[in-house]
Amino acid sequence: MALIELSGIERRFLLGDTTVNALNGLDLQIDAGQYVAVMGPSGSGKSTLLNLLGLLDRPNAGSYRLEGRDVTTLSPEEQATVRSRRIGFVFQSFHLVPRLTAAENIALPMMLAGIAPAERKQRVAQALTDFGLDKRADHKPDQLSGGQRQRVAIARATIMQPALILADEPTGNLDRHTGDEVVHLLEALNSQGVTLIVVTHDPALGARAGRQLVMEDGRLKHDSAHAPG
Amino acid sequence: MRLADTLRFARDAAAGYPVRTALSVLAMSIGVAAVVILTALGDGARRYVVGQFSSLGTNLVIVLPGRSGTGGFNPANAITSTPRDLTIDDAASLRRLPSVRRVAPLAVGTSEIAHGGKLREAMVAGSTAEFIPIRNFELAQGSPLPDEDWNRGSSVAIIGAKLRQEIFGTEPAVGQLVRVGDRRLRVIGVLKPLGQGLGMNTDELVIVPVSLAQAMFNSNTLFRILIEANSREAIPAARTQSLELLKQRHRGEEDVTVITQDAVLATFDKLLGALTLAVAGIAAISLAVAGILVMNVMLVAVTQRTGEIGLLKALGASADTIRLAFLAEAAMLSGIGALLGYLLGQLGAFALRQAFPVFPAYPPDWAVIAGLSTALATGLLFGVMPARQAARLEPVLALMKH
Ligand SMILES: Nc1ncnc2c1ncn2[C@@H]1O[C@H](COP(=O)(O)OP(=O)(O)O)[C@@H](O)[C@H]1O
Ligand SMILES: [Mg+2]
Repeated sequence: MALIELSGIERRFLLGDTTVNALNGLDLQIDAGQYVAVMGPSGSGKSTLLNLLGLLDRPNAGSYRLEGRDVTTLSPEEQATVRSRRIGFVFQSFHLVPRLTAAENIALPMMLAGIAPAERKQRVAQALTDFGLDKRADHKPDQLSGGQRQRVAIARATIMQPALILADEPTGNLDRHTGDEVVHLLEALNSQGVTLIVVTHDPALGARAGRQLVMEDGRLKHDSAHAPG
Repeated sequence: MRLADTLRFARDAAAGYPVRTALSVLAMSIGVAAVVILTALGDGARRYVVGQFSSLGTNLVIVLPGRSGTGGFNPANAITSTPRDLTIDDAASLRRLPSVRRVAPLAVGTSEIAHGGKLREAMVAGSTAEFIPIRNFELAQGSPLPDEDWNRGSSVAIIGAKLRQEIFGTEPAVGQLVRVGDRRLRVIGVLKPLGQGLGMNTDELVIVPVSLAQAMFNSNTLFRILIEANSREAIPAARTQSLELLKQRHRGEEDVTVITQDAVLATFDKLLGALTLAVAGIAAISLAVAGILVMNVMLVAVTQRTGEIGLLKALGASADTIRLAFLAEAAMLSGIGALLGYLLGQLGAFALRQAFPVFPAYPPDWAVIAGLSTALATGLLFGVMPARQAARLEPVLALMKH
C-alpha cells in the first residue's frame, strides 16, 4: 500500500481577479520509505504540493490518502494530530523560535504533543548527540551557524519519529559544503526507513534521490518512476 | 500541551517582548492600585466618621425637644412650633425604665469663665454625675459632679483641659474658685484632653450641675436628655419606652424626638459606604481600560508572532494549544499587573496612613478581592479575542509570514 495517494488534486489561488492553478489535476503515489526529489521552475507548484502533503493546506478538489486514510476530510484538530505524529517539516529558512535554545527548539514538537519532561530530556539528549549538537544545546539560534540551525531543524523534524519528512529547499540558504552535510543527514534518515520528499532547484541534489518529479504549471511534467526506459 | 509547559511557554513569550509586557503590566497595576487606594480613602472616611460618632458614647439614645418625622434636627420646629419643654423631672423619670442604665439631662449655654484676672468665653454644659460616663469622657484630676438631688445643684464645676491650661497655667486647678457668669464655683475636676470631636470641644467645656446651669441661663428647659441603654440589644426598647413615658408625661402628646446613635451611624455608614462603592466603580473603569490595553497588546503579539504560530501549527500544535498559550500569556500579564497593583495600592494606603495618622485608610477586603478578580477577569476576557484569532490562523499563510 502506498504511503501517499493523491488523485485529481486541484489547488487554486485568487490573485486579484485572476485564478492561479497552483496544482492542476495532480495524481501521485509515493510508497513508504521512498526518497523523492521534487524539481521544476519557480512558481510551478512545488511548495504548494509540499504544504498540501504536510496538511498545512487543503486542496480545492481531489483526494489525499495518507497511510490509507483520507486526510482531507479530517477536522483541524485531527489534522494537527497527524502533523504531530506522522510528519516532520524542514524549511529553507530553518524556522527556529529565536527565544528558545537549540535543545528547546528540538523539544518543541514533544512539548506540544504533551510528552512528559523526563522522556523529552532523554530524547533531546540523544538527538543532540546524533546530530553533532552536544556543545550547542544551550545556544540560541542567533548563536548558531546556518548548518547548525538546519541540523537543529532536522533534529526537531525527526524527534517525534515521523513516517514522512518534507523538506522545502533545505539547502537553499546554505553553502555547498554545509548543504551536502544536511543532505547526508536527511539521506541517513531515509535509509532508516523514513519517507523523504525534498524540493530542490539543484539538479545534482535531485539526481541523488531514488525518484525525481519535475513540475510545471501545477502539473507533473516528469516522473522518473514512470519514465520510459 | 501540559499545563506547566503552557505556562512556561507563555512566560517566555511575554519575557521575549519586554516593552509591551511592561506596558500592559503597568496599566493593569495602575488600575488595581487605583481601586485599592481609592477604596482605602473612601472606607477610611467611613471608618473615621463612624469612629467619631461611636465616641459620643456607647448604646446612646438621645431625646430632643420637638417632634420631627425624620428623627433628625428639623429647623422648621425651631421657628414655628413651640414644643413642650423637656424638664429635669422628665429626665429623672426615665431612670425608672428597665432598659435604661443611666440618664443624664443636658442644658447648654455660653458664658464666661474668669480667675485671677484671666477671662475666657466658654461653653457651659449643665448635667449630672452620669454625664461623664455616658459620654465616655474621663477625668484627668479631681472628682466627678456630686451624686445629689438633680434640682439642687452645688456650686461646683469641672473644666476642660484647655481651659485649665489657659486659666491656671502650671498652678493646680482643683479646689480653686472660678467665676462663671455671675456665679462663683469651685473647680472639683479637670477633663482629660480629647481634642476636637463631633458635637462639642470638650477641652473648652465647663460642666456644672444641671439646675445650676438652668438658673444661670434663666431657663427651665433641657437641650437634650442622654440615655444609655443596658445593652446594644436594649437600644430599641429604650427608645420606645422613653418615647412612651415622655408622651404620657406630656399629656399624651408626642412632642419629643428620640434618636438612637445607631440610626445616625447607619445613615452615615450607608452614605459613605455608597461613596466608597462609587469610587471603586470609577477606579474599575481604569481596570477596564487596562483590560482593553492588554487586548491590544495581545493582538499586536498575534500579528508579531504570526510566523511562530504557523510554525507551531506545522509542528503539530492544535488550535486549542495555541488558544491556551495566548490566553495564559494574557492572564499572566494581567495577573502580575494585578499583584503588582495590589502591592502598590497597599503601599499607597500605608503612605496615606503615615501622612494622616487619624485617618484609617485601609482598603476593605471586598474591594481588594473585587479589584483583583476584575483585573484577572478583564485580562482573560480581553485575551480571548486575540487568542481565538491566533488559533484560527491558517498554518500555511502564517508560515509565509516567518
Ligand atoms: N497563498 C497564495 N496566494 C496566492 N497565490 C499563491 C499562494 N501560494 C502560492 N501561490 C501561487 O501558486 C503558484 C505556485 O506557487 P509555489 O507552490 O510557491 O511555487 P514553487 O514553490 O514551485 O516556486 C505560484 O504562481 C504562486 O504565485
Ligand atoms: Mg517554493
